[in-house]
Amino acid sequence: MRHSHPTSDDLQALIDAQMSLEGPLLPILHAIQEAHGHVPEAALPLIAETLNLTPAEVHGVMSFYHDFRKAPAGRHVVKLCRAEACQSMGANALSEAVLDKLGIGWGGTTPDGRVTVEAVYCLGLCACAPAAMIGDRLIGRADAARIDAELEGAA
Amino acid sequence: MKIWVPMDSAAKALGAEAVVAAIRTEADRRGVEVEIARNGSRGMIWLEPLVEVETPEGRMAYGPMTQADVPALFEDGPEKALGLTEELDWMKRQTRLTFARCGLTDPLSLEQYEAHGGLAGLRRAIGMKAEEIIDEVKLSGLRGRGGAGFPTGIKWDTVRMAHADRKYIVCNADEGDSGTFADRMIIEGDPFCLIEGMAIAGLGCHAEKGFVYLRSEYPDAIAVLTRAIEIARATGVLGADVLGSGHAFDIEVRVGAGAYVCGEETSLLNSLEGKRGVVRAKPPLPALEGAFGKPTVVNNVISLATVPVIFEKGAAHYADFGLGRSKGTIPLQIAGNVRHGGLFETAFGMSLGQIVEDLGGGTASGRAVKAVQVGGPLGAYLSPEQFDTPFGYEEFDGQGALIGHAGLVVFDDSADMLGMARFAMEFCAVESCGKCTPCRIGAVRGVETLDRIAAGDAGAIPLLTDLCETMQDGSLCALGGFTPYPVMSALRLFPEEFGAVREAAE
Ligand SMILES: Cc1cc2nc3c(=O)[nH]c(=O)nc-3n(C[C@H](O)[C@H](O)[C@H](O)COP(=O)(O)O)c2cc1C
Ligand code: SF4
Ligand code: FES
Ligand code: FES
Repeated sequence: MRHSHPTSDDLQALIDAQMSLEGPLLPILHAIQEAHGHVPEAALPLIAETLNLTPAEVHGVMSFYHDFRKAPAGRHVVKLCRAEACQSMGANALSEAVLDKLGIGWGGTTPDGRVTVEAVYCLGLCACAPAAMIGDRLIGRADAARIDAELEGAA
Repeated sequence: MKIWVPMDSAAKALGAEAVVAAIRTEADRRGVEVEIARNGSRGMIWLEPLVEVETPEGRMAYGPMTQADVPALFEDGPEKALGLTEELDWMKRQTRLTFARCGLTDPLSLEQYEAHGGLAGLRRAIGMKAEEIIDEVKLSGLRGRGGAGFPTGIKWDTVRMAHADRKYIVCNADEGDSGTFADRMIIEGDPFCLIEGMAIAGLGCHAEKGFVYLRSEYPDAIAVLTRAIEIARATGVLGADVLGSGHAFDIEVRVGAGAYVCGEETSLLNSLEGKRGVVRAKPPLPALEGAFGKPTVVNNVISLATVPVIFEKGAAHYADFGLGRSKGTIPLQIAGNVRHGGLFETAFGMSLGQIVEDLGGGTASGRAVKAVQVGGPLGAYLSPEQFDTPFGYEEFDGQGALIGHAGLVVFDDSADMLGMARFAMEFCAVESCGKCTPCRIGAVRGVETLDRIAAGDAGAIPLLTDLCETMQDGSLCALGGFTPYPVMSALRLFPEEFGAVREAAE
């Protein structure tokens, strides 16, 4: 994931690449976020123009979904599952420990821009709870030490 | 030497890739020729990564494997040996119809898929009229596995009979319920099965296009299914002429964006169309005006992935399993604080207690079971006193509960039930699509009311009850309408945790 500042041409290319799809808006937002780590403000008028919508409408769609970010996240995104099966195995204590250690709250990023922690509601790992995801690495039966260790190893 | 290591996300989350690397290293060190094959999960998540070695007697299981256990795989009698996979109690006791191939084959090998019964159902369906296809599904008694339990054949028939220039088959792979992972497991472990089921639906309803709306929280499933669709296209299973039938059918994967409510079918359709995932009022039914305003089947992954075996073995074979109006099999997903968590496919009718105590082996913590939440965040809590309830749609309804997508989350006696009730309200508040007041505002009030109760104000309990009634009666969809299930069941089963007993004594 690059946290770059794309030009309008970059963005337009990502938009155009999805235009053959029926209902292209979500695929467009995903494509931009995948390429740039977030959906920059500058993308909204371009998307709106291409899809014949108002920028407010595009913003309305984007803000409905938890996945889309307006600003880049930290270099490492930790997702901690907060749903019931993970709670039954101590997810609340785990997330408290992880957040305390990093000194941030849900959705927060450490001041050095290294780590963002986000809540997720189920990763489908409910039989090996509590579950976490760091980048695209899944962790079952997660504990604070394991998450620390994964983050220690990452710059 | 051939060794199978699952590529299922749960196996990976428990170290499967490290085991693969260790097997390669050890094989090199010993100069042994090893073929590492990848499969889905057999569903015994407490034994993952579960590695299998092919022997003349059959596949021998070892697990749960760590890197350190790998050298022993190459020697006699390694510690983690479990015996022949097929002879394991968990495997022998199942009726694997939908999950017959999951864990057995390489998920991306179409050859192996066919060698184990795959495509037989689609071939049979190709020889049938659309109406006959629908009748077969009706006869099987298959009901939607996404939660509502609506008869699949009837839904398909509505779409079949609708007049339109285009129709769609939409697979709901949003699987947002905590405690559920059957959709994920079959997509990662036997994706062609879903593809085949959707193709049969296409033939039966005269639809040429399918979408799989797959949640973004499942990156592995997205990758596997995308690859499987490419393979299916390249081999003529999908495309302009499905297996030479003259019928066209193709599938596109669409990735969700982290909204729980988008599992609700009309919210999902709005999302697919690129709109906010707001729930639509019904009518019109999606079967008549669904995706892009066209007649659309919306079915859960398991509903669709069960269709191939119905056509392969016949509707009667499927309908022979089960209990009352709950026909066939159901993949139970046993999760949470449980010793033996995993997926177990069996005929409807097993008692809740058998599932939790016998299959699940009780809690992981070794403490007493306090409650089991069945059917996800909108499902009721049940107590051990309800353990003789048979697993079936009507039977759970009779207990003021629901089976939902058949996920069971076990809690031990340390669970804070007022906290869980609060969580249910909080979740509803966070995930509400915002369309109706009882859900949007009611859930926020619910959190506040539970906080008052937690602070010792037992007088707020009637308020909570009223609020739940309003949500139940005044919500458009089951997010607002069913959130009262976990809340009220927690209150009913554990009144002392809400201070209700104390109030009565005062
Ligand atoms: C809030 C909410 C979330 C839902 N989530 C899912 C889901 O993740 N997967 C699913 O198949 N059905 C889900 N449903 C049920 C769907 O609305 C719909 O009934 C189902 O997809 C129909 O398919 P079926 O008949 O095969 O079960 C949800 C319903 C509600 C109200
Ligand atoms: S009950 Fe909630 S989620 Fe469902 S339609 Fe109403 S506001 Fe939306
Ligand atoms: S509840 Fe946490 S992974 Fe499912
Ligand atoms: S506003 Fe409270 S439930 Fe209607």
